[in-house]
Amino acid sequence: MRYLPLTEADRRTMLAAIGSETVDALFCDVPSAARLPGPVPGLPNHADELTVERAFQAWAARNLSPANAPCFLGAGAYRHHIPASVDHLIQRGEFLTAYTPYQPEVAQGTLQYLFEFQTQVALATGMEVANASLYDGATATAEAVLMAARITRRSRIVLSGGLHPHAREVTATNARFMNLDLVQLPPDWDGGETASDAVNSATACVVVQNPDVFGRVRDLAPLAATCHAAGALLVVVVNEVVSLGMLRPPGDMGADIVAAEGQSLGNATGFGGPTVGLFATREKFVRQMPGRLVGETVDADGRRGFVLTLSTREQHIRREKATSNICTNSGLCALAFTIHLTLLGEAGFARLAKLNHVAAVSLADRLAAIPAVTVMDGPFFNEFTVHLPKPAVAVVEALAGRGILAGVPAARLFPEADHAAEADARLLVAATETNSEDDMDRFATALEEELR
Amino acid sequence: MTQEGSTTSGHRGLDAEEPLSFEQGSPDKTGVDLPEPAAGVDRLGGLTRTRPIGLPGLAEPEVVRHYLRLSRQNFCIDGGFYPLGSCTMKHNPRLNEKLARLPGIGDLHPLQPVSTVQGALALIDACAGWLKALTGLPAVAMSPGAGAHGELTGLMTIRAALEDRGDARARVLVPESAHGTNPASARFCGYRVEAIPADRRGRVDVAAMKQKLGPDVAAIMLTNPNTCGLFENDILEIAEAVHDAGAFFYCDGANFNAIVGRVRPGDLGIDCMHINLHKTFSTPHGGGGPGAGPVVLSAALAPFAPVPSVVHGEDGTFRIIEHPCQSDAKPFGRVKGFHGQFGMFVRALAYMMSMGADGLHQASADAVLNANYLMARLDGTLHPAFPGPCMHEALFDEDTLKDTGVTTLDLAKALIDEGFHPMTVYFPLVVHGAMLVEPTETESKQTLDAFIASLKSLVARAHGGDARFFEEAPRLAPRRRLDETRAARQPVLRWRPPAPEIAAE
Ligand SMILES: Cc1ncc(COP(=O)(O)O)c(C=O)c1O
Repeated sequence: MRYLPLTEADRRTMLAAIGSETVDALFCDVPSAARLPGPVPGLPNHADELTVERAFQAWAARNLSPANAPCFLGAGAYRHHIPASVDHLIQRGEFLTAYTPYQPEVAQGTLQYLFEFQTQVALATGMEVANASLYDGATATAEAVLMAARITRRSRIVLSGGLHPHAREVTATNARFMNLDLVQLPPDWDGGETASDAVNSATACVVVQNPDVFGRVRDLAPLAATCHAAGALLVVVVNEVVSLGMLRPPGDMGADIVAAEGQSLGNATGFGGPTVGLFATREKFVRQMPGRLVGETVDADGRRGFVLTLSTREQHIRREKATSNICTNSGLCALAFTIHLTLLGEAGFARLAKLNHVAAVSLADRLAAIPAVTVMDGPFFNEFTVHLPKPAVAVVEALAGRGILAGVPAARLFPEADHAAEADARLLVAATETNSEDDMDRFATALEEELR
Repeated sequence: MTQEGSTTSGHRGLDAEEPLSFEQGSPDKTGVDLPEPAAGVDRLGGLTRTRPIGLPGLAEPEVVRHYLRLSRQNFCIDGGFYPLGSCTMKHNPRLNEKLARLPGIGDLHPLQPVSTVQGALALIDACAGWLKALTGLPAVAMSPGAGAHGELTGLMTIRAALEDRGDARARVLVPESAHGTNPASARFCGYRVEAIPADRRGRVDVAAMKQKLGPDVAAIMLTNPNTCGLFENDILEIAEAVHDAGAFFYCDGANFNAIVGRVRPGDLGIDCMHINLHKTFSTPHGGGGPGAGPVVLSAALAPFAPVPSVVHGEDGTFRIIEHPCQSDAKPFGRVKGFHGQFGMFVRALAYMMSMGADGLHQASADAVLNANYLMARLDGTLHPAFPGPCMHEALFDEDTLKDTGVTTLDLAKALIDEGFHPMTVYFPLVVHGAMLVEPTETESKQTLDAFIASLKSLVARAHGGDARFFEEAPRLAPRRRLDETRAARQPVLRWRPPAPEIAAE
């Protein structure tokens, strides 16, 4: 077996050194009734590379790859072009096959890129400090809420109706088990939500998403002011980080904590995972942050170096009193993120954001020209919601049959029966730099035909 | 400071000193060519950025060199022996990486119509099938992001099941030797944590555990094999006592590699166990993730598993339950966005299919054999914390270093100069100066012999009175020992632009 270097002769020599007759004898502490006499029944035996590869090719063939179909899906996962060098660099064994940098003398590569990553995340979100990543945007949102409750010593959590339902459900699930008091505002179908009205003196935080799940962008400064006046924190969720190349960042609008999904930079949509959760806050809250933090220091020769730091917040030191239970995070996805952003640089990132916005505006105008299609009012970045005269699920299915991945029906995200009246006709549509003018024409034409 | 071999550039041969990306380039450069966007388009409603971000600009060759140079400052499994106990640093096959990037697998959007991702759902179902067969448990929640997340998810499932039978309980029992994530996960599930002591054999003190059991205990969280590298040989008795008390038996499966393919946790009375796909099933550790932590569940717990779950629909198709309202069972909620760490399912499944039932059966045997070989050959060099045989990792204490002035940490740092990654040190907490060595099955006897030779010579050197040699180690790594106290006292967690020089009046 190709992954096992020991030979039968090695095994015999080693058993002799141990003084054991058989390997089975080494398992003597396992109750004998639970020791299987041979391989686990019901599973095939080992297979060569070619055989395994064929099986995966067969699975792949049963999927419609967005590479072969114009794709307008967003809703928390965005298809962007990833420069070739990103995937090349993250597959270097030194990055791919190392682990958490517990021995900093031989992990400066990981530590330095995480330090740069933390800097990029803090800068792009307009915040002061960022951690070395969490699992994804949804779990980062849940962590933000728990942190806000610790800081304010309050338990009332207000979740905006513009939050992506997955982030909302993950947050609600975690909050429920911690006995927090949840106020979930109804889905903000038409952008009329006034989250400020839900803030009172018991409120730990308000959680809003920008752009929201329907694609709308808004100025959060007034909400931040209301929160702060009430002693509450404002948590801002960003699901499309490319927007930060162009949009006013949460920090500039008064956010206290930013929880973001970083997939858009460096990471493929990958059927939703793994991705990378970004987490940024104000310096004064740093000791309440979840997750790993890399800090600068010097070595015994006085040379600059980096280490994991402030670990008295973490589970391996503080156990049940830790700020989070997280251990393994999203290191390699953070690396992909940071390489992509370094490649883009200030100018490239701004340009990428602009290309996304231009593509989305262009698509919105095309779709708005279709009779019976209404595009939502108000500002947006690279995603928006349209109202169709037919259930969006059926339309999307029909367009998929024609090789077009048309968007995410709101009913997919809000499947509850009591939302059907609002959700059924709505379709979330995203456009990125990967969508050509041709793609958009095909989509608009096909949609018009479907609605005829 | 000047030292032997110092150079003008700061580089030393192949070892390059690399400044931060922020200290390079200029903001107008870029490493990505993008077309000029149409001018004058703005539907941001006046919410555009009002100031630059402050990112540097580098051309592609500069970026590639930056990261390549950084990579060379890392130790990795590809490059050397990495016996980091509890982390199962086994070889990471590149076939896994290739398959995770196939068109139609790596590029799927998580919210494509279900009719267009039948292969992906079949793949998740196949991965789940392997995990269920290998653990002997009937259900699995696939979505947790890593081991700790699996722990939290498993406990949430337990709490949901208990609350469903109107039996809210308050405490979770966790051995003192447990990994820090165990008590932390219990706490974030709303439980009070109670520690149970280890006995002199490095195993749970069963009598003490039984005393702590009671009607308000929701679960015990046991790692098996435990963090001392030992199999909890009273496990059947423990399981019975836990079940008699109406509680659930949670197993931390971080050490599943010791028994995979030969012992099914379901046959040991375990109700719930997370599996670190990045340990047992060879998905790469990635410098600290991403991992995946699916949780296998007993029939009693299965109905309460979180969404999403893949189910067989009519006519051989697959469906995905994404919201509790779509489920006939009683999912407690959701723990992660979308469908979990799909890319890790691909890699783990590629590994399981490559190894097969026979290969996995052999892998755990070799992992245990390698650890016992190290323990036997180091007899007299390092002191085993507990008598053997061990399972897949060998645990030593600091005893043989007593009176040498050399600590566990010093020895670890000296191993770096020998070209090995140190073992896990000072964990588990129940052993003084712990050194936890996990060789895994993907190391050859030749590698183990070289490691043994280095350890023997280092320990002999410690006994020879050369404590200074150890205090100064490592000397041959990209950095000498780093000042962690300073890092924590005056935290510098990001780069900041140098303060503009104030012009002299
Ligand atoms: C025994 C044990 N339990 C739990 C964990 C946590 O797993 P993860 O890092 O995947 O969250 C680890 C590993 O780090 C471990 O060694």
